[in-house]
Amino acid sequence: MIDKRVKSIAEAMQGIKDGSTVMFGGFGAVGSPVHLIEGLLEHGAKELTLVGNNAGTGRVEPLARLLASGNVRKIICSFPRSSGSVVFDEMHKAGKLELELVPQGTLAERIRAAGAGIPAFYTPTAYGTALGEGKEVREFNGRMYLLEHAIRADVALVEAWQADRWGNLTYKLSGRNFNPIMATAAELTIVQAQHIVELGAVGPEQIHTPGVYVKRVVHVPYGDPAPALATTA
Amino acid sequence: MTTTAARATGTAEGFKPWTRPEMAARLAKDIPEGWCVNLGIGIPLLVSNFVKGREVIFHSENGIIGMGGLQKPEELEPWLVNAGKQNVNLVTGASIVHHADSFAMIRGGHLDLCVLGAFEVAANGDFANWTTSLKDGVPAVGGAMDLAVGAKRLWIIMDHTSKDGRPKLLEQCALPLTALKAVGRVYTNLAVIDVGPQGFEVVDMAPGLSMEALQAQTGAKLKRKAP
Repeated sequence: MIDKRVKSIAEAMQGIKDGSTVMFGGFGAVGSPVHLIEGLLEHGAKELTLVGNNAGTGRVEPLARLLASGNVRKIICSFPRSSGSVVFDEMHKAGKLELELVPQGTLAERIRAAGAGIPAFYTPTAYGTALGEGKEVREFNGRMYLLEHAIRADVALVEAWQADRWGNLTYKLSGRNFNPIMATAAELTIVQAQHIVELGAVGPEQIHTPGVYVKRVVHVPYGDPAPALATTA
Repeated sequence: MTTTAARATGTAEGFKPWTRPEMAARLAKDIPEGWCVNLGIGIPLLVSNFVKGREVIFHSENGIIGMGGLQKPEELEPWLVNAGKQNVNLVTGASIVHHADSFAMIRGGHLDLCVLGAFEVAANGDFANWTTSLKDGVPAVGGAMDLAVGAKRLWIIMDHTSKDGRPKLLEQCALPLTALKAVGRVYTNLAVIDVGPQGFEVVDMAPGLSMEALQAQTGAKLKRKAP
């Protein structure tokens, strides 16, 4: 019987080695696998390279604490600087955290490509800008493109709404974001799921990520991400 | 506040630049029904307030097609955010995709329009909007570079001059570029300006403003767009 469920976050983290590349889903707080990130911090793997859209806020949330721990050597992301990204700013300025800044669509496609077995691709994004410097350039139909390489990871940390024992997943609303593509791009995809459902409970057309991409599922019914109601525009 | 009385005089003393809502409304007038539009964070988002009565589909880079307005407290759905991570609603007919599909939609030319803010726009359509310096502090780029090269049209909405009065429409950008030859049109608090093959072409001006006054606040040669 296939059963990818594990009983604890500590069990879900087993075997993550120093020097690993770890992707984490989420767009800000929504869809962020916060309990798995906390688990990675407690697990204690060092010299990590992280791949995600953002680089944490404040000092309390798990991603900020993971960066502050010194266990992260490098982060690959598109939007490290957001309101309250204090730990990232400090670590980066102190030379303790390397940054690879990647346009958001290029980041997403580099991850998707890895999961799809495509080693590199050409994109017009960032041609002629500081973020395109040093990259191979090629002209197609009179337009200039940059060669971008796939980003493959050792581990992907994914936040899902529903999961079954095969690891079939659904995501809630804009909690989907980077999670489905990261699930495809790592050797070890670990899922924290709000709800564990019976195999077959989610119809085949409703499954967003087939379980073939998933290695471990841990049930974390943590509730909703922090609301972010606008004050003024 | 701009008053119609001040406008009606049409004199230099009476001249008032367009307010931000007026800039957004002026831009919104040029969006036809049926377009799929991505609005950047900040002033561009105001544009969504001025398309009422037309079905315009708003795209958000985090995978929403059919984004509605900001949520009211009683509507709270924390699993829905826009690019600025504010909680938003969906409209009836909305759909959600993952990030790679969202940017494939952008890069693949499926958006009719993207509206962004900018620090500088050059007469050849180059623009700068992601960082004021690569040396100080930590830059963030987000989806700006993808949107700039991917959407069918890129319109910029911004003040005509910087806070200290320097022109933001220039012969050449000085700041790090977001994209080359990407901007089609600029909506400022003073004018609507196309980026044509020969540079900036004035389409519309705030009432009471003279071409000379507009030129004096612009860092590149302006000409009137042929009707």
